[in-house]
Amino acid sequence: MQQTYLWLANFAQSIGMLYFIGIFLAVVVYAFWPGNRDRFEAAARLPLSED
Amino acid sequence: MDSATLKKSMTVSEMALMVIFGCLAFLCLFIAGKSDEPGYAFHAGLSAIASAAAVFFLFNRYFDRPAASPPLEINGKPNYNMAPVKFATIAALFWGVAGMTAGLWLALELAFPGLNFDQSWLNFGRLRPLHTSAVIFAFGGNVLIGTSFYVVQRTCRARLAGQLAPWFVVIGYQFFIVIAATGYLLGITQSKEYAEPEWYADLWLTVVWVAYLLVFLATIWRRKEPHIFVANWFYLAFIVTIAVLHLGNNIAVPVSLFSGKSYIVWAGVQDAMFQWWYGHNAVGFFLTAGFLAIMYYFIPKRADRPIYSYRLSIIHFWALIFIYIWAGPHHLHYTALPDWAQTLGMTFSIMLWMPSWGGMINGMMTLSGAWDKLRTDPVLRMLVVSVAFYGMATFEGPLMSVKAVNALSHYTDWTIGHVHSGALGWVAFVSFGAIYCLVPWLWNKRELYSLKLVNWHFWISTIGIVLYITAMWVSGILQGLMWRSYTALGYLEYSFIETVAAMHPFYVIRALGGGLFLAGTLIMVFNVWMTIRMREDLATADDAGTRPVLQPAE
Amino acid sequence: MSDTVEQPPRKSLWIRHQAIERNSIFLLLGILIVVSIGGLIEIAPLFYLRGTIEKVEGMRPYTPLELAGRNIYVREGCYLCHSQMIRALRDETERYGNYSLAAESMYDHPFQWGSKRTGPDLARVGGKYSDEWHIAHLKDPRAIVSQSVMPGYPFLAQTPLPTKAITDHLSANRKVGVPYSDDMIANAEADLKAQANPDDPNVAAFQKRYPNAQVRKFDSETATITEADALVAYLQMLGTLVDFKLYDDKANLR
Repeated sequence: MQQTYLWLANFAQSIGMLYFIGIFLAVVVYAFWPGNRDRFEAAARLPLSED
Repeated sequence: MDSATLKKSMTVSEMALMVIFGCLAFLCLFIAGKSDEPGYAFHAGLSAIASAAAVFFLFNRYFDRPAASPPLEINGKPNYNMAPVKFATIAALFWGVAGMTAGLWLALELAFPGLNFDQSWLNFGRLRPLHTSAVIFAFGGNVLIGTSFYVVQRTCRARLAGQLAPWFVVIGYQFFIVIAATGYLLGITQSKEYAEPEWYADLWLTVVWVAYLLVFLATIWRRKEPHIFVANWFYLAFIVTIAVLHLGNNIAVPVSLFSGKSYIVWAGVQDAMFQWWYGHNAVGFFLTAGFLAIMYYFIPKRADRPIYSYRLSIIHFWALIFIYIWAGPHHLHYTALPDWAQTLGMTFSIMLWMPSWGGMINGMMTLSGAWDKLRTDPVLRMLVVSVAFYGMATFEGPLMSVKAVNALSHYTDWTIGHVHSGALGWVAFVSFGAIYCLVPWLWNKRELYSLKLVNWHFWISTIGIVLYITAMWVSGILQGLMWRSYTALGYLEYSFIETVAAMHPFYVIRALGGGLFLAGTLIMVFNVWMTIRMREDLATADDAGTRPVLQPAE
Repeated sequence: MSDTVEQPPRKSLWIRHQAIERNSIFLLLGILIVVSIGGLIEIAPLFYLRGTIEKVEGMRPYTPLELAGRNIYVREGCYLCHSQMIRALRDETERYGNYSLAAESMYDHPFQWGSKRTGPDLARVGGKYSDEWHIAHLKDPRAIVSQSVMPGYPFLAQTPLPTKAITDHLSANRKVGVPYSDDMIANAEADLKAQANPDDPNVAAFQKRYPNAQVRKFDSETATITEADALVAYLQMLGTLVDFKLYDDKANLR
């Protein structure tokens, strides 16, 4: 039991944390990338500009 | 090419489908003849009839249709295919009423057990899966299929892919529902909550679901817009993940080709983990991601405002699907599931609070600058209140996943109350709002038959929800406390049956709340029916010359 | 529309189209990857981590009659109101008995832990009440417990249990990993009948195949083997296989 717990805690605090932060940062960078701004602003209005 | 000069010929898919359904009809007839189980034989017979009918309709359609396939565009505008959307919308209304009626009956059975009448098919145990499947998969599923086919066409500016495929999806899905529902009444179930249908129904659903995914993807591939609108992301996540969950949770070995019974390959603790990995993500991806797609399209559209923050919607999307998938083990706190898995499930369930509220804020704030519309437009009010209920249920959920809280709430009516604040307040209300928007659009009407009736529906149903969830809070917490209550001498204070008896008044109030909610839904069905039947529609208004005034800009 | 006008946009559209197709496939793959990782990390270890399922004495596969009874339990949706999972909490272990072990459901395809207790937990209901109590209670619950909200199941005692198909059910269970021996499968139908009839010549052989199995006429009111016999046989077995006087929970700490 002790070993399983230690192993899990180690895993969660190293690889698990990096994996999490990595994914989160990637999404935030994508969402806030300056080059994407115009596309996203247009997309937000997409439902309104239908024919 | 002129359609008159085109020679009519059968398409490959028409031929293939006829051959497949023809063979299926014979296979089912053979199984029906050989099976010893009456329920299974009945289903095989039903499938044989349905397959034969499919061949008949395919022939009929072939002779009736024009030689050329329908154009993708007319005068530079997409030629949308809205007939399957109409079909799914009507089906959703029908199953909604059926499922809620079953729910009301179940609530009454718990308050007045004589209503079981000791008939196998009417007993609580067989009726409950009928209720849950009918409201989640039949009502909710048809709303999702209908709205997804609508939204993907409008936001991609492209006609729905395939000619037979969309029909195969909507009709095939109804057939799955019929098989599942009649199966429950006959006692055909694999007892995995929210995944009760047996192996053959599961196989059929897999085929339908793959067709659904392909129609949806192929429509996206046709799109004229550079960006895939975020609602379609949520729909796609819903379709793909439900496919993965369905396959993982339902792997079973049938007793034989001639038996409706199968045994799940997973056993005990692993089966429990698979089940609640499935069960909680059915909530996450069916009842949340799919309906968030509705939120992201219908609220901006109805409020006539752009999405509050499109960037937030992207972060919302990835965070939600990433975290939700881990939350399942919170259904198994303090059980024989290893502690590490329970802790993991609890941690992620608490984290889930953040993306959930991010989405809620995004939906609510879309109204900024248009808050006054809430006063005048009951449809928009329904949509916004659904988002508020979403916020409430997604706050309560993480709370209940905390082990100490769960020790009290698990196995009690608190869970039932929590599910219904999400199911009635969020899922059903956002569906009602979407249907109220869709019906005039689909049937070319200016507005609904009566906004006043929408207002009535809104208030009656809201009161129903409040009665329902407060009754379940009180009964759940009361029963949880009674179970763990000790006398001064250190003995358990209450016998189990005393805690059952204490539930009676709350079960009556709950049934009343459910009855009100059903009454509201019936008002909606009437309103929709009258809207469709209304004489005045936009096409005739055009003829009368009222529309062209608006046209010159085009 | 003439070809000269249409040609250029069509070409550029095609190039754009390809990129877009790739985008939606990327989106699809992204969703699949993100969703699979969570599921895999939570589920896969349960199959190989030692200690997930404790080592205990006494667990055996269900007898054919118990299995038939279990299928009736599943068919009638009993799991919707009765859990079979005693949590490791003081009031529960005092009310229902020792907390449930993972090992106790190791042959359960599917598991019946349940999620709601409209009625009491049944994980250790075996031996708590007499057969007569169960038969009368199933027929009319409120005749025994006046405040009960359970539906009545009078039809179980009136429905003869089909016995022939049970062999196929045991084989299917073996395919999913339940250790039924060739002997057990070959004698499935005979074993089913023997368990409900103490005078059956096969009783000794049956009890050798299934240690600690209870042999008697569970529904003494009818001569034939009914669905009520099977269901009561299953209920009377629940929680009786592991002897907790001998079970050492320190050895299985996890």
